[in-house]
Amino acid sequence: MGADNPQPAQLQLAVQMKGISKFFGSFCALDKVDLNVQKGTIHALLGENGAGKSTLMNVLYGFYRSEEGEVYLNGKLTDIKNPKVAIENGIGMVHQHFMLVENFTVAQNIMLGTETTKGPGILDIPAVREQIRELGEKYGLHVDPDAKIEDVSVAVQQRVEILKALYRGVEILILDEPTAVLTPQEIEELINTMHRLTEDGKTVIIITHKLREIRQSSDFCTIIRRGKYIDTVRVAEVNERELATMMVGREVSLHVEKKPAEPGDKVFEIKNLNVKDSRGVPRVKELSLYVRAGEILGIAGIDGNGQSELVDALTGLGKCESGTISILGKEVQNTTPRYIRDHSISTIHEDRHKRGLVLNFSVAENMVLETYRGDEFSRRGVLNWPKIQKNATALIEKYDVRPTGSENTLARSLSGGNQQKVIIAREVENNPDLLIAVQPTRGLDVGAIEFVHKSLVEQRDKGKAVLLISLELDETMDLSDRINVIYDGRIVGELDPKETDENEIGLLMAGGGAAE
Amino acid sequence: MRKFLIKAFNKPMTGIIISVLAGFVIGAVVLAVAGYSPLEAYSAMFWGIVGKPKYIAQVIINAVPIILTGLSVAFAFKTGLFNIGAEGQYCVGTIVAAILGRYVPLPPVLHPIFVLLAAFLLGGLFGGLSGWLKTKFGIHEVISTIMLNWIALYLNNFILSLPGVKKEGQQASHEILPSARIRILTDWKRTDEGKEFLTNSPIFGDMLRTDIHVGILLAVLVVIAAWYFLRHTTKGFELRAVGFNHSAAEFAGIDVKKNTVSAMFLSGGIAAFAGAVQILGTNSFRISVLAAQEGYGWDGISVALIANNNPLGTLLSGLLFSALKYGGSSIQSSIGAPSEVINIMIGTIVFCVALVSIFPIIADRLKMKGGSK
Repeated sequence: MGADNPQPAQLQLAVQMKGISKFFGSFCALDKVDLNVQKGTIHALLGENGAGKSTLMNVLYGFYRSEEGEVYLNGKLTDIKNPKVAIENGIGMVHQHFMLVENFTVAQNIMLGTETTKGPGILDIPAVREQIRELGEKYGLHVDPDAKIEDVSVAVQQRVEILKALYRGVEILILDEPTAVLTPQEIEELINTMHRLTEDGKTVIIITHKLREIRQSSDFCTIIRRGKYIDTVRVAEVNERELATMMVGREVSLHVEKKPAEPGDKVFEIKNLNVKDSRGVPRVKELSLYVRAGEILGIAGIDGNGQSELVDALTGLGKCESGTISILGKEVQNTTPRYIRDHSISTIHEDRHKRGLVLNFSVAENMVLETYRGDEFSRRGVLNWPKIQKNATALIEKYDVRPTGSENTLARSLSGGNQQKVIIAREVENNPDLLIAVQPTRGLDVGAIEFVHKSLVEQRDKGKAVLLISLELDETMDLSDRINVIYDGRIVGELDPKETDENEIGLLMAGGGAAE
Repeated sequence: MRKFLIKAFNKPMTGIIISVLAGFVIGAVVLAVAGYSPLEAYSAMFWGIVGKPKYIAQVIINAVPIILTGLSVAFAFKTGLFNIGAEGQYCVGTIVAAILGRYVPLPPVLHPIFVLLAAFLLGGLFGGLSGWLKTKFGIHEVISTIMLNWIALYLNNFILSLPGVKKEGQQASHEILPSARIRILTDWKRTDEGKEFLTNSPIFGDMLRTDIHVGILLAVLVVIAAWYFLRHTTKGFELRAVGFNHSAAEFAGIDVKKNTVSAMFLSGGIAAFAGAVQILGTNSFRISVLAAQEGYGWDGISVALIANNNPLGTLLSGLLFSALKYGGSSIQSSIGAPSEVINIMIGTIVFCVALVSIFPIIADRLKMKGGSK
């Protein structure tokens, strides 16, 4: 099989995938995709959601079988029938959703599945502990082997997943969207670990759609678009804009284009708010903030610092202990979700599937989930289906929901980006005085993110107030006109995004500014 | 072929048809093992269902209560609740009908309407109680409705034990007044003209010889009303939203608790309506002391499952259920095979329908495997 090789011949290829095609029914997920990964490099796989990058990696990991194509590992044709074969060949994969046993310790999780090799029925925990320590030292993956998974942070859980792979002697490590859940500092640590792995001769493949991280971490980048191979580039030779264009297939604006804000009066104000979580632990403490008309206030913070409790209180889902929440001078704390909506506060909730949509409802039904009682869509308790349909058709067109003509499609079968468009269409059409957007671009690809950001800026430019609560620091910095940093349930600093940088915010987010 | 299969397996109807066939196959196996010819047995059953017009009429009459209890269960399912209490709510309906049908004299037509509405209301309150317990104290409706089933049964027996309710020397109440009954053409059938018609018109005459009553029309009306309510009213929209995703409904400003109570009220009302129709329409127009639950509510669960919880589907599945039960008795009388085989068939059908969710999964698998032809 002397195929011509796009990579320089003297370099050894750890993975070579040739002409991989994969169909799901009549849908072609991968169309003759090639991938050449050099041993000892970090190779990024870039593409929008649904482009096929995860599918390709699942073929490599033996999770799917491709209809066409061949896989060579270290130059040898290998039939990866199932994940077991992949593991035997030194391939490890860290999935986006971790596969850990919550109430097991770190050490127990790491040895899980390979413990049988330790002898008949006797677990040799001290030896495992020692190995974990060694591996951690070597690659900068520090964990406490005896901590329970449920007690450690997401970043540590990810380290455990990587250690698990290393413990099994992985040579080729696949990381699926590894940075989605990490803080800037944690991302840096992860990149550091990845470099140490490649220094040791291991190969890392990282699936991502975050361009900046590719620039920071990877040696090569293969771009896939709609199941087709586009190109493989040396990362050092391209810039982010070029990568984005290759990924999306057209020019995209990476940075939000917006005029300077023209803030008006205070529209929305929170004073000395205290909220407890369901277990009675105080999560939001004496929090105060305000949003003016015509500005976007961003709240930056690491997950778990009171954001979800704050959102619950703001949307009427949770109770406040004390303090006030007021819109246009009217207090709305401790009322109901409907009361708050009726007072012109709309929210794009972070959890599309749980809170944002009824997945078994059609797009049209979801579009009127809040307004079905209004005169426009019903009369004396009887729904006006023709109007509901018309409304959906109009919004699908206006907000570019794909596929067109999906009025009666179940929301379940839309892609994540289009589901989000349905929600945004619904919330923005309420024309609220305050639009709260919580993690509005979570899990979306570049094209959809651009759309969401535009919608928020448009809302601001209409003179409405926007409150953005996001864990994506880039997004918060790009979009906001002012940034408040939340730490341990308090606002610990207000920053001007034009005058601050990631380090300053990162420090505040980690509690560094709370001392004063 | 594959495409066709994928499409077919994604349709709920396919799963139901396959389940029914599976029921017949398993039934045949059981019959064959027991030494009876499945073919003979099934042909006996078939003729036991359609052999005479009066058989068909009887199947329809028997279907009425289970169509309605099936609708009650399906309605609750649609709103995310599992109403196991249709049995008890049905029982409440029979009590209300027997009492009001006997002791509140009203002119004909008005009388049954009054009784049916009252049964709906009281049964609704009985069902709504479970909804209220759920929202107020977090008691799961499965638990509360099972217990309320027994409360309804003993309420029935308690009422019969009150002085004057029971008929002298019998374990049953007095019959309801004729004005409350909804059987059709009873008086006309006794006139000379009627008698002549019965003997001369083979089809209708035979049909009319049964207890035929307006219940089937009422059932169809209620089924359509329930369907319209769920599909075309704002309240139905709320109930469905809560049923599919109460978190999103809550977030959208829909009062989940209120809707839970309303859903159980309506579901309970429909089941009680079934009970009242049964008392007003069929012999012996009274309630009896019960040693065990009558089973209409439990059959309703099967009917709802076979209908895939589609309100309109309960009409067909109720008729199917009734036909199997009624035709099944002919297996025993004509070839001596135990009619219990029908219960095995019904059990198999329900079991397979419960597995129907497997078919979309098979469709997915086929999709996954993709082009390997």
